[in-house]
Amino acid sequence: MVRYTLSRLLALVPVLLGVSLLAFLLANLAPGDPAELALSQGDQEPTAAEIEAKREELGLNVPLGCETLAGSVKRFRFFSDQLEDLCSISVRYVRWLGDVTRGDLGLTYTDSVPVLSELARRIPATVQLAAAALFLALVLGVSIGTVTAVYRGTLLDESGRVLALLCASLPSFAVALILIYAFAVILRLLPVAGYGDGDLRHLILPAISLSVFTMGTLVRLTHASVLEVMGQDYIRTAYAKGLNKLAVVLKHALRNALLPVVTVAGTQFGQLLGGAAIVETIFAWPGVGKLVVESIYARDYPIIQGFVLLAGLTFVLVNLATDLLYAVIDPRIRLGAGAQGRGDDHA
Amino acid sequence: MPSRVLPAAPASTTETLQDEELFAVGEHSPWRAALRVLQADRAALAGLILLGLFVVIAIAAPLIAPYDPLAIHLSDKLQGPSARYPLGTDQLGRDLASRLIYGTRSTLGSAIPTTIGLLLIGLVIGTTAGYLGGWVDRVVVGSVDVLLALPRLILSLTLVGFLGPSLQSLLIAIIAVGWADHARIFRAATLAAREWEFVLAARALGASDLRIMARHILPNVIGPIVVLATLDLGHIILMISSLSFLGLGIQPPTPEWGAMLNDARTYLEQAPHLVLLPGLCILLSVLACNLLGDGLRAALDPRSRHR
Repeated sequence: MVRYTLSRLLALVPVLLGVSLLAFLLANLAPGDPAELALSQGDQEPTAAEIEAKREELGLNVPLGCETLAGSVKRFRFFSDQLEDLCSISVRYVRWLGDVTRGDLGLTYTDSVPVLSELARRIPATVQLAAAALFLALVLGVSIGTVTAVYRGTLLDESGRVLALLCASLPSFAVALILIYAFAVILRLLPVAGYGDGDLRHLILPAISLSVFTMGTLVRLTHASVLEVMGQDYIRTAYAKGLNKLAVVLKHALRNALLPVVTVAGTQFGQLLGGAAIVETIFAWPGVGKLVVESIYARDYPIIQGFVLLAGLTFVLVNLATDLLYAVIDPRIRLGAGAQGRGDDHA
Repeated sequence: MPSRVLPAAPASTTETLQDEELFAVGEHSPWRAALRVLQADRAALAGLILLGLFVVIAIAAPLIAPYDPLAIHLSDKLQGPSARYPLGTDQLGRDLASRLIYGTRSTLGSAIPTTIGLLLIGLVIGTTAGYLGGWVDRVVVGSVDVLLALPRLILSLTLVGFLGPSLQSLLIAIIAVGWADHARIFRAATLAAREWEFVLAARALGASDLRIMARHILPNVIGPIVVLATLDLGHIILMISSLSFLGLGIQPPTPEWGAMLNDARTYLEQAPHLVLLPGLCILLSVLACNLLGDGLRAALDPRSRHR
């Protein structure tokens, strides 16, 4: 188990390096001079001297060695310029990556506060929302999926299929607005928006809105998985030894059928992070998603960059955790060298 | 193997497609299969009809819209349905029916080309990687792993953030993020196709690579491609409307369902139909894609004969 965990952790390194390269390149190839953007958040136009100072501060200038390197092939003018750019951007990436691994994600353009602390401040609210949504989706999705599979071919099954399709086709923002209209405007039962400082009533509508899509996915998946398991020999054996339906479904079918659900629930967590950007914006929920949308409007690149890193890291780690969990609950999976062909990617 | 670095790709289609099974060679022609499923599966037929209806509305928008979708009638603002305005008016007195009709045009007009673009790019990159192998394949697989390591919506969102909000950035973002999923599938298809006997036979007869790809492999994978495209169209419609809702896609005053919903938020109490109707349009168009895509997939999947 330890060896398997370690090898999986090691395998994450190239992916995370790729994510970091993506985050770095996006911010650096985006239109506009970062130094100018960082300075032009106020009302005043920055002066040329200020921009130059900021460029130096942000480390945007061509590193010394690069000019020398480019100078050495001065005869090939075009090539020399390209080489200087390439060298400059590589040196900056390595420097930036060094900062990142030490936890320094730079300062935000708008308030000049550290990006890491700004993100950290917003994470709890998003985790709370995403966890609540995932919990809702799992409980409802698994129960509806199981019931519709057990009562296959009945009206219940049909309505379950329609419900799952509707859930997969409804955008979260439309669900959110309809819920707000019904429960906050007409019935006045729940607050329209806001965090409410731990008042859980504020969590209900955002969590439902965010869970709808994932719930639809889980209903379909559980349904298919339970159907497949119900056709197995050991289910017939369980019936043959005189167990009633409830015991067969709960003790024999569900335990096996839930394995793929665990994997997908893990990947759905990433979907929830993306959906959180929309739901948080509608409900004025002070999480990371809302922060990112605001930063996009404000062109606050360091925050967006930090968010890409954070999302990539979270997503990859959650997937790893689900995989390990999978290995723990399913004794059939052989660890180590045999841990291939696990139905991940059929490449 | 580098492609195994990640667990299952973020399920962009609602159920994880098993690439190899999807591309197993069937004895039947995919078109005949599609026809058969449409005859048997009324839900899929409903999806096709609904989708067709939206396409017709999008094309014929100038003929059927009663008003100019941008024409402002301030004295008639926030009205309910009436003889003059069949679905009422918005906060600027613009005719809601006309805006919804033109909204179909902007949504489908950007979603359909994007879907096709995604497919083509995925096809080119995926088949090239699968066919050439070696370092090209490793670079592609590595990039795909990185892209799939991030949730699609988050990546598109951040990409739009760096490019600056506009329709153009939105489409670039969707394509730049979405190709990975397709490339992965087409790569697997190419790897599988290399083993098919009739492909080997064609090669033995001296057919060129291009001819083998175009004449022998493509016709056999067209069915799964259509399924992918149909399901993907639904996702892309959702994505375009989501990002436009956030103000990061199609910009006002151009009518677009997601952006219209965003405008209507403020008037939720006075005019809930301004929220409900664009929401219904998004729901129906995505539902149409899902119904059709699911039906076609069920027909092509040999495991789901029971349907």
